[in-house]
Amino acid sequence: MSRLHITTTVNGDAQEFLCEPGTTLLDALRGPLGLTGSKEGCGSGDCGACTVTLDGEMVCACLVLAPEAQGRRIETIEGMAGAEGLHPLQQQFLAHGALQCGFCTPGVLVAAKALLDHNPDPSESEARYWLAGNLCRCTGYDKIIRAVLATAAQLRQERSPA
Amino acid sequence: MTTTQFHSPATLAEAASLLSAAGARPLAGGTDLVVQMRSGRAAAQAVVDLKRIPELTGIRRTADGGFAIGAATPCTALKADAALVAAWPGVVEAANLIGSVQVRNRATMAGNLCNASPGADSVPALIAAAARCRVVGPAGEREVAVAEVPTAPGRTSLAAGEFVAAILLPPQTGADAYLRLTPRTEMDIAVVGAGAWIELAADGTCTAARLSLGAVAPTALLVEAAGAALVGSKLGEEALAALSAACQAAANPIDDKRGTAAYRVAMSGVLARRAVLKAAARAAAAHAH
Amino acid sequence: MNAPTGKLENASSKGYRIIGTRPIRPDGVDKVTGKAIYSPDFVAPGMLHGAILRSPHAHARIRAIDTSAAAALAGVKAVVTGADLPDDATLLERDNTGEALHVARHCLAVDRVLFDGHAVAAVAATTPEVAQAALALIAVDYEVLPAVRTIAEALAPDAPALHPDHTVRGAEPGSLPANIAAVSANSRGDVAAAFAEADVVVEGSYRTAPVHQGYIEPHACVAQWNADGQGQIWASSQGHFMIRSQVGAILGIPLADLRVVPLEIGGGFGGKTRVFLEPVAMILSRRAARPVRLAMTRADVFRSSGPAPGSESRVRMGAKADGTIVAVELDVSLGCGAYPHDESTPALMSATLPYSIPNFAFTGRAVFTNMTTSHAYRAPGAPQGSFPIECTIDQIAERLGMDPLDLRIRNAARPGETGYFGLPHGEVGFLESLEAARAHPHWSAPLAEGAGRGVAAGAWGNYGGPSSAEVSVAEDGTVLVTEGSPDIGGSRASMAMMAGETLGVPYEQVRVVIADTNAIGFSMVTGGSRVTFATGKAVIQAVEHVIEQLRHRAALIWGVETEEVDWRDGAAWCGSGDNAGQSLSLAAIAARANNSGGPISASGTVNAQGYLPGCGVHICDAVTDPETGVTTITRYTAVQDAGTAIHPDYVEGQIQGGAVQGIGWALNEEYVWNAVGQVDNPGFLDYRMPVASDLPMIDAVIVEKPNPAHPFGVKGVGETGIVPPLGAVANAVSRSLGKRMAELPLSPARVHAALTAS
Repeated sequence: MSRLHITTTVNGDAQEFLCEPGTTLLDALRGPLGLTGSKEGCGSGDCGACTVTLDGEMVCACLVLAPEAQGRRIETIEGMAGAEGLHPLQQQFLAHGALQCGFCTPGVLVAAKALLDHNPDPSESEARYWLAGNLCRCTGYDKIIRAVLATAAQLRQERSPA
Repeated sequence: MTTTQFHSPATLAEAASLLSAAGARPLAGGTDLVVQMRSGRAAAQAVVDLKRIPELTGIRRTADGGFAIGAATPCTALKADAALVAAWPGVVEAANLIGSVQVRNRATMAGNLCNASPGADSVPALIAAAARCRVVGPAGEREVAVAEVPTAPGRTSLAAGEFVAAILLPPQTGADAYLRLTPRTEMDIAVVGAGAWIELAADGTCTAARLSLGAVAPTALLVEAAGAALVGSKLGEEALAALSAACQAAANPIDDKRGTAAYRVAMSGVLARRAVLKAAARAAAAHAH
Repeated sequence: MNAPTGKLENASSKGYRIIGTRPIRPDGVDKVTGKAIYSPDFVAPGMLHGAILRSPHAHARIRAIDTSAAAALAGVKAVVTGADLPDDATLLERDNTGEALHVARHCLAVDRVLFDGHAVAAVAATTPEVAQAALALIAVDYEVLPAVRTIAEALAPDAPALHPDHTVRGAEPGSLPANIAAVSANSRGDVAAAFAEADVVVEGSYRTAPVHQGYIEPHACVAQWNADGQGQIWASSQGHFMIRSQVGAILGIPLADLRVVPLEIGGGFGGKTRVFLEPVAMILSRRAARPVRLAMTRADVFRSSGPAPGSESRVRMGAKADGTIVAVELDVSLGCGAYPHDESTPALMSATLPYSIPNFAFTGRAVFTNMTTSHAYRAPGAPQGSFPIECTIDQIAERLGMDPLDLRIRNAARPGETGYFGLPHGEVGFLESLEAARAHPHWSAPLAEGAGRGVAAGAWGNYGGPSSAEVSVAEDGTVLVTEGSPDIGGSRASMAMMAGETLGVPYEQVRVVIADTNAIGFSMVTGGSRVTFATGKAVIQAVEHVIEQLRHRAALIWGVETEEVDWRDGAAWCGSGDNAGQSLSLAAIAARANNSGGPISASGTVNAQGYLPGCGVHICDAVTDPETGVTTITRYTAVQDAGTAIHPDYVEGQIQGGAVQGIGWALNEEYVWNAVGQVDNPGFLDYRMPVASDLPMIDAVIVEKPNPAHPFGVKGVGETGIVPPLGAVANAVSRSLGKRMAELPLSPARVHAALTAS
């Protein structure tokens, strides 16, 4: 069995790993790269718990083959907080109680960040439809949406204080 | 079969050569292929990633004023092309109903077509649009109507080693729309899908129409009688009722975990009518400008 | 069940410092940064990868299993089958309730498979790929048998008996049809006479489908069973002591020899209160002499874990013209799956829990079917039992022209009135919850065109039971609370809040650890909505012991009697002698602990009594497209009595989460079987749980009618929220369409069929 040697960038860091051609990016992240923040909820792209960004766009890592990561830029939940502390989304999620078991939370946070990167002023409906690919079974989505909209308002305020 | 090779060709010719080998499968978005490889439903000795080939990604205008959409172009990228959205909003909205945003950032219409699921969302819209494909293979290049690609669930008319290189849309002379019926608002496979294309004269008379149904037969259907029922009418009750009846008659669905046959037959009439009205509203609006 | 009476002022009027506030949870940063370790994340050095071979047949005899080729594959370190677990006699000897036997056989079949997905063999190998390759080399010779997929099929006269030797408690052998697993019954008064006096009688038949808890984290564990008999298991669950007791009983391991380490849990909702993988991982590990990881795929979870039973029920209800319900007959059948699991008792117990009904006759049963064994799902049995009642009350209201909330208020059980088991209710908040719903703006808001407004009430009895806790004070005065209840809803935060409130120190000065089975005394599972109540009482008890010690240490320091020392506001206060009026803070005393008698810590253990039910009342506005049968929920309000909301965010979260699970149960979730009894939709694509775009905000309204039997008035909140939605949604849709919908889920195809049936 010939394994592939992949070099890629994860959360800004150069990384490399060995994988089979059929290994998914999710398995590569959770296995050889030791980044277990992205979760497997279904393995078939139906729950979003494995959401990461690939070259800036959010994807289900379980639907990407690990060799595709060659030369590309991957961002996972582990890269969301910076040296300055938690990302505002992470803070607002805690402040709003927008997580209970926390298992879907990494995927939701990555997806929510992608939403706000694309659309800094989403409506409730736009936020719900954007996050439709992220299943949550604990919260009923209410506090998640509130936290996302609150973060959007906070970031808009910070960019252009009234 | 274990996947033993992964290739990332940079040119179309290289891809064609790799895909001519037995057991080689093209990879665009992977949102069907990867799932099927994991479940054992699909076997690929070699996976050939098409996404690093420049000709296969992006939306270009064709000489006749239509569009050529590279096979490796993800669904969300379609929304960013203003001209495409203006001309073929039904095709774009159909493609952007597939899965979730995460899925649509990867999934492609070409992949959706060649996966040949009876419920594929982009296919009825493409058929209603009279879309064609550019197919590349060992024998060279050819063009084929999208409607002729799926032949049965999971099966296409593509020969060994052939793959879709582009989806071709004609120039828009009317307006299109796509609607689907799903139990939830997102994340479901269509129970019924309806793609409609309408051409209206300035006085509102329908001069041409095509109606395609998804998820009600082994492959998406072009319901010729439905389109014929509209031509010459002003889309009044009688014409719409005839359209719905034609759709119900053409539908040949099964009972499955997504819906009963009876329900699907009934809904094909309901959705066809709603899709036609949506397309007609777009056509009328276009006339108003 | 006790019936505490008396009044307790609610949180806001009591002036608590911490109780009722909304601090950040202590485990929050790990959860939002992806650092928290859940079951599938855990890695043990030298770990092998296990895999399980599962039956594709819903019912079959295993004629033979040949594992020799799998065992010979390079990289395979162990192969086991059901024969490697103890035999029936041994298991019954270790646990004469039969639970160890049934749990073991569900985990790994011996001579028969009883459901699609039933495990028949397992391997442990150096890589997941080798493990999967080994499974493909195991040859199983099945004799396929006819399968019974539904309650009706299981009770048909010629149905195959899944457990011919099963005896039903409380019934004569041979007196019941085959495939009855359990029966339940209760009655009071004279229903026949009462029906004769009723001014209106409504009857109907109702059906719900089996549904799954749908936790996003699939089951997984790592087990290590050493040659000296000692073992370790790392797993998420709703009770690591439960894992210890179930695995200990099955494998004959003394409990102190088996250390179970709780990992973070990605949802449970009742479904993780039993083991599925752990015994198998243990025997693989023993064989291989290395730790072994076993994990379920999503398909495994649907096929082989413990969903909620489907139900078929008949109800008949009689009422007077003034709305007084005088008689109810209810019969509920629940499909319990392959092995015994009885929810008929809680179903009947919960069905009319919020109401006082003088005459009733309830019967119920659990029925074996060829699907995976059912298991608890948030208020187990209560949604199925309550659904027919709430739909019928709605119809009574329509027939009488009465407001459906007024009708429920008329019949609401008040404290002191007689409950289901003949005992008086304690300080239940049924009336207050109903009145809060009636006063809510949603109830009087104008209804959109074509929409229907449905209301339903529901309750869950909750529980107390055994818990242990320890509290110790570090040298700097920070406080450590150690307990053994896995945190599935924010209980670490609420324990810290209750401890801090009792001690009089800030929330941030208290840290909570959920310790493994070797490090803390026994606690019953996190379930039954018991933790804030029972483990909270254990924690508070331990804190009160610590306060006694702190007072004593201060007394020593001041040279006074302990009785002269008060504890308040986080400090000891001297009441007499030269130091009268002086105080010593917790930190000051802690700094001198070793010189005043040694480290300061205490334990608390409870078998908590005095728990009280939670009542919920939900209002649902829904529009159903009459052409397509597609339902949209446009507004949803969920009122619930929490006793006292320790942390309102987490109480709201429980209410909202339960409500949305119930909405899914009502609208689109169901198990689908193919013709041969295989699960047709074992994935999130076709098992349709609500997604974010399906829902509006869920307005959660907390009512506080404190429970006098808890120091802060707590009533359990986790489960009640799933009970009312089935009725609330069905009533809304029925009103939207002008036609009674009695079969769940209200999927578009089913609604359309019901609309076009007549």
